[in-house]
Amino acid sequence: MAYPANYRYTREHEWIELDGSIGSIGITDYAQNSLGDIVYVDLPKVGDAVTANATFGSVESVKAVSDLYSPVTGTVTAINEELKSAPDKINEKPHETWIIKVKLANPAEFNGLLDASAYEAFIAEETK
Amino acid sequence: MRYLPKSPAERERMLAEIGAASIDDLFAVIPAKHCLNRDLAVPRAHAESEIIDYFRAAGAKNSTGYASFLGAGAYRHYRPAIIDSLVQRGEFLTSYTPYQAEISQGTLQAIFEFQTMIAELTGMDVANASMYDGSTGAAEAVMMAVRATGRHQAVVAATVHPEYREVLGTYTKYQGLPSTLVGYDRKTGRIDLTTLAASVTDETAAVLVQSPNFFGVIEDIPAIAEVVHAKGALLIVSIAEAVSLGIVRPPVEADIVSMEAQSFGVALSYGGPFCGVIAAKEQFVRQMPGRLVGQTVDSSGYRGFVLTLSTREQHIRREKATSNICTNQALVALMATIFLSVYGKEGIRELAEHNLAKASYAAKTLSAKPGITQLFTGAPRFNEFVLQTEESPAQWSQRLLDAKIVGGIDLSRWYPELRNCTLWCATEIMPRAQIDAAAKALAAKLVKA
Repeated sequence: MAYPANYRYTREHEWIELDGSIGSIGITDYAQNSLGDIVYVDLPKVGDAVTANATFGSVESVKAVSDLYSPVTGTVTAINEELKSAPDKINEKPHETWIIKVKLANPAEFNGLLDASAYEAFIAEETK
Repeated sequence: MRYLPKSPAERERMLAEIGAASIDDLFAVIPAKHCLNRDLAVPRAHAESEIIDYFRAAGAKNSTGYASFLGAGAYRHYRPAIIDSLVQRGEFLTSYTPYQAEISQGTLQAIFEFQTMIAELTGMDVANASMYDGSTGAAEAVMMAVRATGRHQAVVAATVHPEYREVLGTYTKYQGLPSTLVGYDRKTGRIDLTTLAASVTDETAAVLVQSPNFFGVIEDIPAIAEVVHAKGALLIVSIAEAVSLGIVRPPVEADIVSMEAQSFGVALSYGGPFCGVIAAKEQFVRQMPGRLVGQTVDSSGYRGFVLTLSTREQHIRREKATSNICTNQALVALMATIFLSVYGKEGIRELAEHNLAKASYAAKTLSAKPGITQLFTGAPRFNEFVLQTEESPAQWSQRLLDAKIVGGIDLSRWYPELRNCTLWCATEIMPRAQIDAAAKALAAKLVKA
């Protein structure tokens, strides 16, 4: 699956898409593929503060529970309610299924993250 | 899991492989002055017949034939003989944690039945495979509420078993969790609702109450729940006397129920092992500590059982596990399962009614004597009650012991304001004759005067 060129990525396998100062955050195709069938997403609340590289929730698959790390610092403006009943959306369309939306404290933080080619190089290294 | 000792030949090969001449060589780095070069000073080996004689003699030192009015978290109930004969079957007695579902169906089904019965009794959606005891159950329930709410403060009723509160204190001390104690109404012995309302804030994760509480009084759970939920906190109801659920309305307004299931067929055995329980509303299931067994269907469509949600447990997710409860009280929980199966729904109800009747008779008979007053009569209670005596417990307890009766427990140990107050328990196995004898011995001094 292609990694959208307008997204940025983390080494913990989250992606972020920026619209003004609002970032949508999800997990990558590589991440959902490693986790297997996702059965539950533990979401933060709207208004919660998130910090770059700190956990904001977790995803539970039939194999494991993995923490979700925020790529940026900011405040949660929306959570994807649909995931409460249909967490497998993440498996189906990982790059279209956002988990939370965050208002970035510093939108410039976005550009400091990995771009698609850097992330693809990173996972190529991981899977070696 | 097998533990196979090495044969002498294998030891020789291993020593040769690493180039050591003997086992002692492996300890050569320890200075000689720190080595023990004599046999340990332990008694000689004894023959089986000598060991039996030793234990018979030791057993004879036990006091027997006493009627006991002690309760306070450890209750004397009849244990049907089938419990011990079934739990001693090797399939149950020696089985280990059922990680591997394929070879553990019997153990898993027994735990599943336990969970189902506990959930039905407590009015909760889901119950776990058991905790160590009622005290760790209560403490883990508070930790569970902290995880579920993201809040960091607890409110605890002073009428929760004082030893449960001590265990909770051990947990909270190192979690840095502040907790507030809420006192009780002097007329009813129930939690003081006004103080409770003032103590619960937007920071409160959980309110822990007990019902029947430490004074044997049944709390007004719906009223407490209203106060607690108004602030978005979770209500945890601790139950120390599980038999009460045969007649007391289950605490359905609670978010989490923690319970001591010792009353369900578990012997007192000098204080343990007991059997704790956590049950909760389904929305909190992922924050629940300990094992959970689920029912599923295998590839051929047959009913089967598995450990479920174990992705959150320590054997998979070590440092982020919801608790470190590991090998659970499965065998003790099995005793409770057998007990509940033997009694059934009607049987548990009748058992609870007998307890209520015996305790009512005891409270009435004892408090009818001059110089003895029953406290907290303003609220319903189960099989325990509080008496205040003109004499101190130290003054009358010997008179009762001489009559082969163990009286109630002195409450001033935990509640200094309750001077000369004792907590009495009468279960279904307490003969009326002993209640009458206790009343006579308790009042003896006044009779003489």
